[in-house]
Amino acid sequence: MEYILIIISAVFINNVVLAQFLGVCPFLGVSNKVNTALGMAGAVTFVMVLATIVTYLIQIYILNKLGIAFMQTITFILVIAALVQMVEIILKKISQPLYQALGIFLPLITTNCAVLGVAILVIKKDYNLLEGVVFSASTAIGFGLALVILAGIREQLELADVPKGMKGVPISLIIAGILALAFMGFTGIVK
Amino acid sequence: MNQLENFTKGLLKENPILVLVLGTCPTLATTSSSLNGMGMGIATTFVLIGSNVVISLLSKVIPDKVRIPAFIVVIASFVTIVDLVMQAYVPALYETLGIFIPLIVVNCIVLGRAEAFASKNNVLTSLIDGAGMGIGFTLALGILGAFREIVGSGTIFGYKFISGDGVLVFILAPGAFLALGYMIALVNRIKRTSK
Repeated sequence: MEYILIIISAVFINNVVLAQFLGVCPFLGVSNKVNTALGMAGAVTFVMVLATIVTYLIQIYILNKLGIAFMQTITFILVIAALVQMVEIILKKISQPLYQALGIFLPLITTNCAVLGVAILVIKKDYNLLEGVVFSASTAIGFGLALVILAGIREQLELADVPKGMKGVPISLIIAGILALAFMGFTGIVK
Repeated sequence: MNQLENFTKGLLKENPILVLVLGTCPTLATTSSSLNGMGMGIATTFVLIGSNVVISLLSKVIPDKVRIPAFIVVIASFVTIVDLVMQAYVPALYETLGIFIPLIVVNCIVLGRAEAFASKNNVLTSLIDGAGMGIGFTLALGILGAFREIVGSGTIFGYKFISGDGVLVFILAPGAFLALGYMIALVNRIKRTSK
């Protein structure tokens, strides 16, 4: 039950992009086409879960043990950067099709604040490892959901007559605002 | 390019938020009031200036292949300093900004300036560039925060000047997206007509 609450809360109520503003850059950047959005969502899910596990173990067994928790930011960002690089190399070697699908998104993920944000949030919320994994996976699903919805709307929007000054980023932000309004409807499902 | 131009380009012509659209996450998240927005802006400005100076000093020493990780370490060190200082001296603001303080590390503006500017220019120019960009960022955050605060709760810098409640949605998440969207559209419009 506890896990179901975490999932619903992370996907709908506290949606990572629309309610917590993490990962807005890729949200605006790669939401032109539904296919690219799906690729990005897949890559983010993969890296986010992996990064959460690794950073969680480092926090518990190294930083807390040595009493150097203030090094959290530096350590986590380096771990994530290294992890992304490693995933890229491994994918390239073992699965060419998967690399073709996710590869171009991987370098972008290092600066995706959602990944670092989730890693820090898991520590802040005192989750155990399993809760942390469930939380990061459902956060990633929430990210993917928001990204794919926005991409779907933007594909339709290409046919619409948008005022010149509103083209590109402004109209995407306004769509995101309306989406966020819609997602606010979920507030209160879980107490 | 003279130094004055170098400084002012961050304010308007290359404003990191309104024109380059970098660092949107903290922009949206911390502008529920003008004070929060400006607090975030000042923290980011400090990191920008610090990392720009150190990186321009080290740019000859850092091998080209590992420059991005090296830059990130420099930036993360300054973020840690800001994090600890704010925790000690402005605990209330630190609580409100919360997770977005450590997330300055992944703010695209900071790494963007390091890569595009500080690694190629001398110390003084990089310092001025960092200051200009930082102040441009702070200004944009302050204006957006002030707008959301006025419309959303009828206050400015915490002083109430409209009786009754504001439009609550502007304090909440959707208002952030809408306000920034219209703000960038307005800047686009001004840029087009002034050409």
